[in-house]
Formats: sequence, structure tokens, C-alpha cells
Amino acid sequence: MLTKRIIPCLDIKDGQTVKGVNFLSLKSVGDPVELGKAYSEQGADELVFLDISATLESRKTFSSLVERIALNINIPFTVGGGISSVEDAAVLLRAGADKVSVNSSAVRNPSLVSDIASRFGSQCVVVAIDAKKVDGAWRVTTHGGSRFSDKELFSWALQAQRLGAGEILFTSMDHDGTCAGYACAEYRKLSEILDIPVIASGGAGNAEHIVEVLSPEGGRADAALAASIFHYGEVKIPELKSMLADAGIPVRRV
Amino acid sequence: MVGIIDYEAGNIRSVENALKRLGAEYVLTSDVGTLSACDRLLLPGVGEAKWAMEKLRERNLADFIRNTSKPLLGICLGMQLLCSWSEEGNTECLGIFDNRVRHFRSFLPSGLRLKIPQIGWNDIISLKSQLFAGVTEGAYMYFVHSYFADIDENTIAVSEYGIPFSAALGNGNFFGCQFHPEKSGDEGEKIIANFLKL
Repeated sequence: MLTKRIIPCLDIKDGQTVKGVNFLSLKSVGDPVELGKAYSEQGADELVFLDISATLESRKTFSSLVERIALNINIPFTVGGGISSVEDAAVLLRAGADKVSVNSSAVRNPSLVSDIASRFGSQCVVVAIDAKKVDGAWRVTTHGGSRFSDKELFSWALQAQRLGAGEILFTSMDHDGTCAGYACAEYRKLSEILDIPVIASGGAGNAEHIVEVLSPEGGRADAALAASIFHYGEVKIPELKSMLADAGIPVRRV
Repeated sequence: MVGIIDYEAGNIRSVENALKRLGAEYVLTSDVGTLSACDRLLLPGVGEAKWAMEKLRERNLADFIRNTSKPLLGICLGMQLLCSWSEEGNTECLGIFDNRVRHFRSFLPSGLRLKIPQIGWNDIISLKSQLFAGVTEGAYMYFVHSYFADIDENTIAVSEYGIPFSAALGNGNFFGCQFHPEKSGDEGEKIIANFLKL
């Protein structure tokens, strides 16, 4: 049976992980490869590496990091952050990334999604959507939630699917950072209207939140992504997977 | 020496990396002479079946693959190309396995709504090949596909997505995995290591 996926997300700046990691006994907690390996050994099903650096120079550092990740890690991984052209995506895919995630640039230029999909296949295009609820409507934001676009969450998700997105990664800016749980009603709706997998992100504060967003009675998401709760050790992947299994949710155990 | 059959089939990097991790020497080429000198062959592939078959024929690789007596492993689309026919583009494939490749959509029981492609980790059972030596029955492998091969006597591993399908095929020196062993953690890596010993 196809399992639900657990995806730790690592923020990268100048080739190093940014958020503190204080539960793994690693030689270098700043090294994304060491950290990714540790998560993989714990049973992470996939990894996301998000480049949050701004300069051209650090973008080059990122693509050489991607090569090192691809060589050393034997589970799928997605990379994202600042991908604004097919060429940007090509560099990272050629470096060995399995998927690229596009966000602000795709909102500005939706054909970026179809361009990458037609060249490299839908399976490698994740469309990340950040949205915020304003007067009852979910408005899509860009640039880390700092700007509003003219798009609405559900119609943009459907459009992205039509353009060839392989997966939708939705982050509720209202829930992100609150540790109060995911936007379950919205994931449920996305899962109903889309034929492609939905990845939940933003709001996880404990393992119960992840169980809820993946359960048939809750968010019905196909995968759950989280950062801090894994990095700070509040949720450990083996224990999380036991909880999910106990709740009747299919998971892969290592 | 492992020969990776190059027909522009995309994302060969992950297969190369898996071979590097296992310390295997390999060459990536479409040259029949070079491939003939290899001990074993890998047919990777992400893409569309009709396009891929055209590329194989253009490079005289279709006949080479059919006639080789070396161990050959097809991965994902590479496995589907070893079958007789694919619904994707109504494509005549290599015909090494008699299996036919169909789209999930045509076969899912009515009322069952599943996301297509299948993306993620699914378990493989009824393992019967040296390819799976040391691999746990029910181990999870990473799949990304919309088309599947039916089950018959060539089936050496079964998985299920709405309906049971061939997770792996084997006949003589030919093998195929629908999943990506190179992306399936340590259990997947065992499969590639086993292939290197065949």
C-alpha cells in the first residue's frame, strides 16, 4: 500500500543549514549532507532543501551542495528557492536533484511550470503555494508571504495541475510558525479537487498535528513537511511513524 | 564494467550516483561496441514510451538490447520498454517480456479515486529472484509512475495501487524494476548490489 510521506525541510544559506539542530549527535550540525543522512537513517521518506541565500555566488555554492547531497543520500530530495527559469531548474536537476520546487516565479510566470514539466517531466515539478486568508478568501502570496498576488489558492492549484505540476506543496501563512496545527480544512479541499499529491506544510507543533493532517478524517494530505519540530527534536521520526501506524495511517518503517 | 545505456532518457545521475556509492565502475554511452564490452547493462529512464523507443531505434540500441546475453536491468520506464506494448502512445516496445503496460486510470475499480501518478513508497511482496537476496519481503520502494505492467510468470515482485501490478520482472538475463532502487534507501541499494553480482 502506498504510504504517507514524512518530509523534513532544511533551510540552506551559503551551503550550510540555518536553523539550529540540537538533538542529533552530528560532527557538523551545519552540514546539510550529514543532517540529511541522519534524517534518512531515522526514516524520513524524502527531503527538501530550500536555498534561502540571496546572492549569485551563493547560488553556485548551492548547486555544488546539491551534487554532494545526490552522491551521498539514497532517498528522493527536492530543492527550491529562487528558481525562476528553466535553466535554473536544469542546473539543479543535472546536479542530481530529483525534483525542483517553484513558488513566486511561477505565480509571476505560470508557463515556468509547463516549461519545466515538458522538458524534465511532471514528476520533478513541485509547485509551492504560500497563501493567507483575507476576508474569507485564500490569497496567494509571494516572496515568503510578504506580497499579495492576484491569485486565489484553489484556482491556482488547479491551474498549476493543468500546467503540469507533479505535486502541490501548500503552506498556510496563517498557520506557519504557530505550532498550532496545519490548515486541515484547506488540505482536505485541495485533496478533493486535485488529482496530484498534496504536501502539507506550516503549523506543525507536535506529532498529533501530523497525524491529523494525514488522516482520512483530517486533512487527507499525501505528505507532511515540517522543519523546526524535527530540527529541535520535539518530534522524532521513528516515534512519529509508530503513532501514524497506530492511527491506521500507512507508513514506511525502516 | 557496467554499461548505462544512454538514450537521453533523463535523470541518469541518480543511477550513476548509486553505482559510485557501491564502488562500481560504469560507462554511460549509446555506442553499441562499448556496451557490448560491458559485463552488465542498465537501462534507466524517465520520460515517454513512444519517444524513448524512437531514441532506442535511432541509435540501433533496440536490436542490441534484444540480442544481449549480459545481465540487463531496466528501471522505471526502462522496465516498461522491455515489455511487449505500452498504452502510452500505443507503443510497440522491445518485447523481451510478454507483459503489456497499461495506464492505472483504465484499470482502477470504479468509485476508487487514487492520485495518478503513484508517487511515493509502496511495499513489494512475492519476491522471487536473486535480485532480491537479503531484501525483506514487504520492503518499501520508491515509485513514480502512471503506467504499470500486468502480472504473469515473468513477475518477480508484486505491488498494489488500487490493483496488483508487477513491481519487478525477470526472465533469463533480463530484469526490470518499476520502482527506483537507486532512490529506495538501503533496501533499494541492496537490489543494485545484487544486480552487480549476477
